[in-house]
Amino acid sequence: MAEFVMPSLGADMTAGTLAKWRVAAGDRVSQGDIIAEVETDKGLIEIEVFESGRVEKLLVQEGARVPVGTPLAEIVTGSATGTETAPVTAPASLPAPGGIISSGASNPRLDGPMASPAVRRRAHELDVPLEAVRGSGEHGRIRLEDLRSVTRGAESSPDRVRISPYARRLAIEHGLDLSQLRGTGPAGAIQARDVLGAKQNVPGLSQAAPETPAKRMQRAIAAAMTRANDEIPHYYVEHSIDMGPALDWLRETNTSRSVSERLVSGVLVLRAVASALRKHAALNATWQAGEAVPCAQVHVGLAVSLRGGGLVAPALQNTDEGSLDDLMTRMTDLVSRARAGALRSSEMTSATITLTSLGERGVESVTPIIFPPQVAIVGCGAILERPWVVDGQVIPRPIMQVTLGADHRVSNGHRGARFLSTLDRFLQEPEKL
Amino acid sequence: MTRDEIRTALLKCLSEVAPEIANEEIVDAADLRDELDLDSMDVLRWVQGIHKALSVEIPEEDYGKIASLEDAITYVASRI
Repeated sequence: MAEFVMPSLGADMTAGTLAKWRVAAGDRVSQGDIIAEVETDKGLIEIEVFESGRVEKLLVQEGARVPVGTPLAEIVTGSATGTETAPVTAPASLPAPGGIISSGASNPRLDGPMASPAVRRRAHELDVPLEAVRGSGEHGRIRLEDLRSVTRGAESSPDRVRISPYARRLAIEHGLDLSQLRGTGPAGAIQARDVLGAKQNVPGLSQAAPETPAKRMQRAIAAAMTRANDEIPHYYVEHSIDMGPALDWLRETNTSRSVSERLVSGVLVLRAVASALRKHAALNATWQAGEAVPCAQVHVGLAVSLRGGGLVAPALQNTDEGSLDDLMTRMTDLVSRARAGALRSSEMTSATITLTSLGERGVESVTPIIFPPQVAIVGCGAILERPWVVDGQVIPRPIMQVTLGADHRVSNGHRGARFLSTLDRFLQEPEKL
Repeated sequence: MTRDEIRTALLKCLSEVAPEIANEEIVDAADLRDELDLDSMDVLRWVQGIHKALSVEIPEEDYGKIASLEDAITYVASRI
């Protein structure tokens, strides 16, 4: 038996709303199947299952908002003995308070402190950020005792109140004093309906407008970027790349193709970044519990701005593999789904680096901030006609300014410069991409 | 097809690329990239949609001729 739990899909995600089940009890599921949709600050995300088996029981109803790590369903796996319990969604079981978090499938640990699902749940119930807890376990792993020591002072009063985690969260959100609430649940436990009932009696609260998805997303971005700025010692290197050969090749290629098979320059840059990362693996990693953990695969996250406001950076898995045509198809699909709010959990959590192409908006260069727990980000400016010296002659060339922002704890400017030099070289031979 | 019919068809293709713009009022003479915040992939998808809906193939070198809705209507009208 395995538990399918509410995954963590971002730095500050502590809970999610189970919007829809795509399966029913008794259904067979295979690894990678989308079995649920979860409403998060980043929109509606399709959640994949990471093991194969049969859905034994759905534990959470549609519409319920539950903390990260909460079991959502029981799944009987092929090898289940009946008693063995293992979390099924990869991100869920992991300590993943990472920003627009990332970790390849080959790289099971995510960013942030290490802690078991039980500890994470408890921390959530106590409203204690895991980052604030000093882990006494192996490699700084946080144990239940560590939580107790942090909350000892606070536990005397609020923790004696019997209250469901959801109700506690609601009460906190609405600024209600737990000691003033009367519980109607078993043994007087406070339940969500008690909180909601009390809320209506508080002047002003019931009229409060619910936070819009756009506002929640902005808050999530704010948290991730603040954390990145606070924690990551960024360094930047910049390089101007002659995009002439790439654009010539693209023009020639597209001329002989039907409109449905055309490529955009962005796909060449995307592939070149992924291929260059293969040669500079130090930049393709995540920062976890005080050290850089290299990622075996290259999943470039694409920063996609949403026209209604907001930003997501879903991953294009294995960006360095497959043909350019295939990559173009996958990129178009990913961006369309990002805009439509239909991303998958694996896409939200697996990016190993991010590419932002603000040049599309006309700016000459961009100095981007790293998405934790990634350790690097590439920003592309617009491709602009510039006077350029070639063989002693000044001629106009289409130039793109590329900026690499990277984590100085993990790499240095020398490595960054070499990465940009490799990227340049690859873009001079677009036919090989 | 009248210009109005072409306009409707082009807008329909555009709303498939950027559903969020469905309710926005579009100034026919405005630059679509600026006005609707379209990137090169959006433009390509729009061109693909136009090809599908109206069987008009717009080569890359002509993208400059469909910069505004007005220009695009004129361009398509001359090729339909």
